[in-house]
Amino acid sequence: MSDTAPDGAYDALLDAIEDGEGHYMECANGHGWLPPRRVCPDCGSRDLEATPLPDAGEVVTYTTVAVATPQFSEDAPYVTAIVDFGAVQVTGLLRGVEPEDVEVGMSVGVEVGERETTGDRAIVFRPR
Amino acid sequence: MTQPRVAGVGLTPFGKHSERTGRDLFAEAGLAALDDAGVDPDDVEALNYGNFMGELAEHQGHQAPLMAEAVGLDVPATRYEAACASSGAAVREAVRALRSGEADVILVGGAERMTNIGTAGATDALSIAADDLYEIRAGMTFPGAYALMARSYFREYGGSREDLAHIAVKNHDHALPNEYAQLRKEITVDDVLGAPTVADPLGLYDACPITDGASAAVLVSADYAERHDLDAPVAVTGTGQGGDRMALADREYFARTPAADDAADEAYDDAGIGPDDVDIAEVHDCFTIAEVLALESLGFYDPGEAVGAARRGETHATGELPVNLSGGLKAKGHPVGATGVAQVVSLTKVLQGETAWADEVGDATVGVAHNAGGTVASATVHVLEVVS
Repeated sequence: MSDTAPDGAYDALLDAIEDGEGHYMECANGHGWLPPRRVCPDCGSRDLEATPLPDAGEVVTYTTVAVATPQFSEDAPYVTAIVDFGAVQVTGLLRGVEPEDVEVGMSVGVEVGERETTGDRAIVFRPR
Repeated sequence: MTQPRVAGVGLTPFGKHSERTGRDLFAEAGLAALDDAGVDPDDVEALNYGNFMGELAEHQGHQAPLMAEAVGLDVPATRYEAACASSGAAVREAVRALRSGEADVILVGGAERMTNIGTAGATDALSIAADDLYEIRAGMTFPGAYALMARSYFREYGGSREDLAHIAVKNHDHALPNEYAQLRKEITVDDVLGAPTVADPLGLYDACPITDGASAAVLVSADYAERHDLDAPVAVTGTGQGGDRMALADREYFARTPAADDAADEAYDDAGIGPDDVDIAEVHDCFTIAEVLALESLGFYDPGEAVGAARRGETHATGELPVNLSGGLKAKGHPVGATGVAQVVSLTKVLQGETAWADEVGDATVGVAHNAGGTVASATVHVLEVVS
């Protein structure tokens, strides 16, 4: 996807994570979302503030994907997980742990990696 | 309020028809529905058509006028897209137009051509029902998403892969006499548990197949049915739709589907019934776990209780609440945009006594159709009743 324009706040977030400055958008009531967000879909607040993503989160659920799309064919099998960072939950690739050793509740940090298949960037978690 | 009637229904056989174009598939189903209804085609006022992935599978957008033309109609035609709930949404809008008195005859339907792009291509196309930026780019596939939900369900409520396997076995058994079904093959729990993994904890037999096919139904106002003395005893008496956050990670629950809760509540209220009044259901079992979530959202079971329903025999044709007598998406097949209307077709046939399971089901008079899009960010529920 390098021959197209960047995807605004998504690519900016990945740049920020690479610089150690991952963040999310939080409203006055503590609801968190990944950017871009102009309004909180929970409470309607338009007062959203970029808030630093905590260093570590906990795996909430995960799956080892064996049958992948063409964009991930050479990555498979790989683990996709949803990680709870407090006010916000993030989906990403979980690396640095054997699929059979992944556990709900394990502590992971977030970084940016590359898909093995295409070289495109992806949100990646690793155990802490 | 006058309730729209189902005047006629039509399907293609569901299965692998790689070389048949979408327009040919829909023509077969649409013409069958028009013939079954016996209405004058000149009376049809609109086509509400569901399709999800036509741009990717056939490089064809703007499909609705093409499909109207394919069935010989020169009417306003609109495509509805709500991922796998596309034709459920098409039915809902038709019901509202018929009730309002703005229309008397609407052809609803849907079609999907999928096998022509292969398993990898279809997996890719289906994945776009999720959030591209924050799910697909994190490797989430459609089976992967339901696998994330299944693991959460097991952790929150219990249940096992074996419980889910009984759902697949039950739906395969139901499909055996269905000549329109894709997978007419008896399977065992061991077959399901021994099948290759697609996305852990879900295996190949937890997943619906990739399917080509089309469905159609002629919906008419009660007034039109009476004036033309149509044999149309089944009415759509309730409609509901719900929505949720697009991405799983942005939801409060992974093991529940609030969009379907909302759709069910609205449809039951609309029909003036409750879950206890329902005799049969066609639910959106794109994966075995999805049938569990559907049965809980429809109020047949409390959260955590439906996972054992098939194992206990309750949802088999011989049980208290037959679910997916057609074989469901699992065995009948899931041509995505056609599925919502195909559920209406299946329910209508059973309510009219046209089912191989007639002896087991008896005189069912109330049916519910549950159609879900993506990881249930969209859901429609319809209540069908025998009214005359």
